[in-house]
Amino acid sequence: MTARIGVITFPGSLDDGDAARAVRLAGAAAVSLWHADADLRGVHAVIVPGGFSYGDYLRCGAIASFAPVMGAVVDAARRGMPVLGICNGFQILCEAGLLPGALVRNAGLHFVCRDQRLRVEAADTAWTTGYPPGAEIVVPLKSGEGRYVAPAPVLAELADQRRVVFRYLGDNPNGATAAIAGICSADRRVVGLMPHPEHAVDPLTGPTADGLPLFTSVLATLAAAAR
Amino acid sequence: MARVVVDVMPKPEILDPQGQAIAGALLRLGFTGVGSVRQGKHFELDVDDGVHDETLHKIAETVLANPVIEDWAVRRA
Repeated sequence: MTARIGVITFPGSLDDGDAARAVRLAGAAAVSLWHADADLRGVHAVIVPGGFSYGDYLRCGAIASFAPVMGAVVDAARRGMPVLGICNGFQILCEAGLLPGALVRNAGLHFVCRDQRLRVEAADTAWTTGYPPGAEIVVPLKSGEGRYVAPAPVLAELADQRRVVFRYLGDNPNGATAAIAGICSADRRVVGLMPHPEHAVDPLTGPTADGLPLFTSVLATLAAAAR
Repeated sequence: MARVVVDVMPKPEILDPQGQAIAGALLRLGFTGVGSVRQGKHFELDVDDGVHDETLHKIAETVLANPVIEDWAVRRA
């Protein structure tokens, strides 16, 4: 059975097309999900893609987190469905309460757009089992509000539970606390990150194919659960 | 109808680079004596008289502000 991975489109989503392409390259079926429909169309996992949902009005991801489809995503995630939030999708998952903390304006105020080195700090989440532990990867980063912040007790909990999944290497691009680029939920099924693995799945169109293992990892996770 | 004002500010411990940029601009323009600037949001809501304070606080806490990074205050104007 081919796995069905949903990709949500909000008004202002930009990277839903590339996310769907990454899903197909990984060998799964990409299923379009619409922000206004509280219907996950029988998917096995969901990707909340990047972009500028609702024009970043109020706060990045805030309005999207109240969209009908997100109610269904939150319910499914609480039951263990793997969910991946990329860039604006990470901001949406934080606003929706699926991941702790928040993303705020880059410390240097500039929108940062570059190929970014990352370390995979946790290779035991639903989306990262395909990486060797400690793998160093290069994927694009493109965001103006990518600085991860969280209260000190939350940061301590993330550290204790090894829930920092990706960390920036080299210069901290946005002033993120502890150079955090991505985190996961306590059950390690929900992952959010600011950089864009879906733009690095094919050397023809990206700097590397280092992002592809996120999309193949979740297929392995789903297959293992089905056995 | 009543006018309700909600002010939302970044928490003191959250770095506010926009406020810092404004403070830097003021100094360059020759306005001295401004120690620091923090930038927030100001919302004006026209609400029916029957809307309770409890509801207004819930609107502020769950929608207008993100309590992880922002403090908020509600007042009837």
